[in-house]
Amino acid sequence: MTATPTAVTTRNANHGGVEVRLEDLRRRYAGVTALDGLSLTMAPGELVALLGPSGCGKTTALRLVAGLEEADSGRIVVAGQDVTGQPTNKRDVGMVFQAYSLFPHMTAWQNVAFGLQMRKVNARHRRQRAGDMLELVGLSGFADRFAHQLSGGQQQRVALARALAIQPKVLLLDEPLSALDAKVRARLRDEIRRVQLEVGITTLFVTHDQEEALAIADRVGVMHSGRIEQLGPPTTIYSRPATPFVAEFVGLTNRLPGVVRGGRVDVRGASLPLVQPEAADGPAVALVRPEAVSIASEGEATPGPLVGTVIATAFLGATSRVTVDLGDITVLAQLPTADAAAIPAGTRVRLTLRPDPVLIARDEPKADRA
Amino acid sequence: MSRSRRRKLRIFRAAVFLVLGAFFLVPIGAMFEFSTRGVGITAPRTLVSWTSIGTYPDLVAGIIASLQLAAITSVAMLLLLLPTMFWVRLRLPALSRVIEFICLLPLTIPAIVLVVGLAPVYRWMSINISSSILTLGFAYLILVLPYAYRALDTGLAAIDVKTLSEAARSLGAGWGTVIWRIMIPNMSSALLNACILSVALVLGEYTFANLLAYENLQVAIAFLGLANAGVSIAVAVASLLFAFILLLVLSFVGRPRSRVARAEEIPAPTVGAWGQRT
Repeated sequence: MTATPTAVTTRNANHGGVEVRLEDLRRRYAGVTALDGLSLTMAPGELVALLGPSGCGKTTALRLVAGLEEADSGRIVVAGQDVTGQPTNKRDVGMVFQAYSLFPHMTAWQNVAFGLQMRKVNARHRRQRAGDMLELVGLSGFADRFAHQLSGGQQQRVALARALAIQPKVLLLDEPLSALDAKVRARLRDEIRRVQLEVGITTLFVTHDQEEALAIADRVGVMHSGRIEQLGPPTTIYSRPATPFVAEFVGLTNRLPGVVRGGRVDVRGASLPLVQPEAADGPAVALVRPEAVSIASEGEATPGPLVGTVIATAFLGATSRVTVDLGDITVLAQLPTADAAAIPAGTRVRLTLRPDPVLIARDEPKADRA
Repeated sequence: MSRSRRRKLRIFRAAVFLVLGAFFLVPIGAMFEFSTRGVGITAPRTLVSWTSIGTYPDLVAGIIASLQLAAITSVAMLLLLLPTMFWVRLRLPALSRVIEFICLLPLTIPAIVLVVGLAPVYRWMSINISSSILTLGFAYLILVLPYAYRALDTGLAAIDVKTLSEAARSLGAGWGTVIWRIMIPNMSSALLNACILSVALVLGEYTFANLLAYENLQVAIAFLGLANAGVSIAVAVASLLFAFILLLVLSFVGRPRSRVARAEEIPAPTVGAWGQRT
């Protein structure tokens, strides 16, 4: 799938980001296809997140851009220049790795200055630039510390400063938050976004964490089997998934058996419009988001196809996720916590499906949900 | 841990220390005692054997040759093994077993078999290249491979070679810089261990040199032992002391600087919200 850039936030316009194009990249490892004709165009200053499960090829794509691996075919064009055959150290890319990658024998300052030294920047400018970068990531007071004297989050921030210090054309982030705990991850995620916007650098961010991708990126590319399944702004990816895979990978999805008839799908008595109305009639599985399911307390309700019993409630903060047993399947519904508190486990309830356009899958229905 | 248990442990440690100390020091003490005996049963102690070490030209030449061979072997070992192991770990991990097997092979082959195999090579070298004793460095390089390989392998396993080298490459470093500026400083202990083992092996080597008709330190000591046992033993003790001092010096050189304070022992500087430890 070839994807072209949408309008990128105008706040990047004044900075020096460059366009990055990946054209029909293919890569195989011992008979296994890691990338199967991946194409992607990133606008100057844009942050694109590649999101996908393990083995979908997202890290391979990033490593090809970095020059750490070679593509079997295809081109990588950075700022109009074909860099496909260039070695890593000539590519002008900054990279933050998943594993902690600070040089252990150097201080934070020396780590940040290393790339400048490789570029033969004189000592005075090196000192100045490294200091500026550490200040940018809020670690100017930690310049003399070695990696083992910094926490995981601090190490990744120094790594970010080090990658940015050389003023690369592209910033590559290879799951830089995955080794951190949840709270630090959320804070550092916002910090990375702030710094990226401030510097205005074109950034490719690879992650398997959907929340991370949706929160940080201008556009998200959901990858599956070496290709981009859907590329678009986070809201589109979440609310209008293009394929069943995207619908099921991004956010929780109920898989409800139904029947397609005349461009709509009937699910247990509820008729829902289809995202693709041209779908052929016949049995199908409707993919319905938990937030599209609402609950009314039924008391001693008369039995019906959408009447069931609450069997569990998961507290998520402002909202809660309620699991309802309909007899043959269970359905997830996401409600405000106050509403969920009124229907404890064992309560008989009636479900209502919001008539949003839904995607269908034609595979065998799973037991209950994805 | 209870007090009595701690005391028992201390006593046990002291006993082990004393037994091992005696095991190593008694023979050396006996050698020193022998090397300071005068001629005749009632003769007073004398240091003549020690002071006359420098008066034996063959011995001095043997000492110099062994020191040169130790240096040559160590450097050659590092030049051969370090880039090879680095590259195998990074790009050809499937070959690591093969390299390990080749490097450990000299351990399984008796020295005499190796010498018999190398003899024709040395015969050819002495005619066509050089008959210098320093050519023994080639044989010694094979000899130290298993020990040096193990030491370096441990050092490489202790660091994330792939990530560090990729990080350095992405910052603009060439492969030479990656090895010199990133890998070597992070495995200095392993390099030092490999060098120490190589130096110790070369300084104590006798079989190769003797059978290939070269006179290194150990061969010179053996020959001298036939003519003057006192001087021969004095040199043996001196070489042991020298090796001990050398290892001590190398250990101090390789000791990490005093930067190893733990993170939690260092108070965080006062900076903004993002300056907090995360």
